[in-house]
Amino acid sequence: MSEENKLPKRSPFSAQIDLAKFELATEEEKRQQDVMSESTTFLKDGMRRLKKNPLAMGSIVILVLILLLIIIAPRVVPYTYSGIITVDGVRDKSAKNLAPFTYSKLEQEYIDEGGKVFPHILGTDEMCRDYFMRVIYGTRVSLFVGLFASVLVLIIGVFYGSISGYAGGRVDMIMMRIVDIIYSLPDLLMVILLSVVLSQVITFQPGSLMAKLGSNMISLFIVFGLLYWVGMARLVRGQILSIKENEYVLAAQSIGAKSGRIIKRHILPNCISVIIISTALQIPSAIFTESFLSFVGLGVQAPMPSLGSLANSARDGLQSYPYKLVFPAVMICLIVLAFNLLGDGLRDAFDPKLKD
Amino acid sequence: MARYVVKRMILAVVTIFIVCAITFFAMNAIPGGPFNAEKAPSPEVQKVLEKRYNLDKPVGTQFVLYMKNVFRGDFGVSLKTGRDIADILWTSFKISAKLGGMAAVVAIICGIVLGSIAALMRNKWPDRLIIFFSTLATATPSFVLATLLLLVFCIKLGWIPVWSAESNNYVLPVISLSVYPMAYITRLTKTSMLDALGQDYVRTAKAKGVSPKKVIFKHALRNALIPVLTYVGPMLAFIITGSLVVENIFTIGGLGSKFISGITNRDYPIIMATTMFLAVLMIVFNLLTDIIYKVVDPRITFE
Repeated sequence: MSEENKLPKRSPFSAQIDLAKFELATEEEKRQQDVMSESTTFLKDGMRRLKKNPLAMGSIVILVLILLLIIIAPRVVPYTYSGIITVDGVRDKSAKNLAPFTYSKLEQEYIDEGGKVFPHILGTDEMCRDYFMRVIYGTRVSLFVGLFASVLVLIIGVFYGSISGYAGGRVDMIMMRIVDIIYSLPDLLMVILLSVVLSQVITFQPGSLMAKLGSNMISLFIVFGLLYWVGMARLVRGQILSIKENEYVLAAQSIGAKSGRIIKRHILPNCISVIIISTALQIPSAIFTESFLSFVGLGVQAPMPSLGSLANSARDGLQSYPYKLVFPAVMICLIVLAFNLLGDGLRDAFDPKLKD
Repeated sequence: MARYVVKRMILAVVTIFIVCAITFFAMNAIPGGPFNAEKAPSPEVQKVLEKRYNLDKPVGTQFVLYMKNVFRGDFGVSLKTGRDIADILWTSFKISAKLGGMAAVVAIICGIVLGSIAALMRNKWPDRLIIFFSTLATATPSFVLATLLLLVFCIKLGWIPVWSAESNNYVLPVISLSVYPMAYITRLTKTSMLDALGQDYVRTAKAKGVSPKKVIFKHALRNALIPVLTYVGPMLAFIITGSLVVENIFTIGGLGSKFISGITNRDYPIIMATTMFLAVLMIVFNLLTDIIYKVVDPRITFE
């Protein structure tokens, strides 16, 4: 024992510990200590919680399955979403409104002759198009719209919110009044109105991707970009207001870091979890809005399908072909449900406010 | 308190004005005037018509004139039918208000009851069942639900006659409109009820020997309902937008179907009048719920 460990006891009631009563930990005990306090990062900790949540994990599985389906199916199934079914190079006008897994007369003859026809998994629609492919492409469009709109909301909201929160004072007040006003606008009515107007005003070169999606979709994105970012902006601003009071921000300021760098490197990484959760919950609401607009007839340009427009056109033959409504409807519910549950799971796992 | 109310009212007025302006200028941005239809009238007639409807003036002046007329209750006439829009608006509003009102009442009552049951029977089967169905319901768009209900109960089973002039059965439209807000209120009530049941004042009441019934209804539920109150504004917005398609599906001649047919017919005055009317309705309701919310809960301070 070294010199300083042999300090004399000052009084019988002193709290000073008697080191003689202690012994050094063995290597094994040290290792035990290591295992018990294994360091964990924020991401690891959150992922561990997420993995424990069966609903969230199930949602991930479902979303991955849907994703695989919409990627693989168009490569396997020989039909397109817009083309009339052809048998041996001949347009088959008799393949109208087929039930799932049935063949038209022409196809049946071809099969009898020994030809091979890929089955119509969900039948065909009233224009002799393979319905399975239409649902697949509808899902593609709906998911694309949901993701793209959410990313748009994310970018604008984070940008606006961080400037407002970081600047503070008068700038913040004016920026937040604008947000208040946009927030209280009736969003869906404005979406419909602006879609009506923008679809008349915007035109695209025929053949481009934009033209394929149609001006309605572009106007939907514009409207999302104009109206839906306010929720995100409020959220980010609130986070930044509290984070910017931290000492490390002051330290960064004192060594002359620029505002943009402080926001990017020091503040935003600390509220990334809240942003991600909010984005995950934004996706289903965007899909909802898109399917609503398509249902009203303001969605994607025909012949491009979306889940909403498929559900809408299924109404015409509802009595005879109810399954045509059921498939896109189930798909919408499944996607929205999965994203909702995943968003809830992410919030439970990553939101620092909910940690026990 | 007074300052808060005044501030909110000013904000609401500004918002209403902005909605009107957006609607008006958006409509005017559409290429082609209302009289450039297929059967275009001769240039002389067109000039007279444009003068009659003030269309020859600059857009800014038109806006001022239009707003003046709107304040007098004059929304103009429909381009397709020539009927007075205020008239159309009023007749269809009566139907929509009935439908929406019923849906709101059903959603609130059922939502609160189901939410309270779920909270009181936490982790037992009624709770799980209720939460399962309310989660499912929040993922079902109202137009999908409405079409499915129509398919099952009107067409396949034939229990409820399809909406027509003779039979107007509100059951299915009300169900399809109220399920989503009901599910939302259920979840909201459950969370806030659980929160309230864990509060100190509930424990105090129990310790004093207050009967369980009284604890639940008087101490827990009353406080648990405050967050539900804040949802009334958004719920109204949901019911209004939901009724746009639900009315269309059930062929009910309310505001919603007028709006949708206005879009398909490109009957701009109708689109504009309905947008403004519904927007004002939503904003006013939001304002009212916000104010009531603050009045009901004395713990909330006014900034």
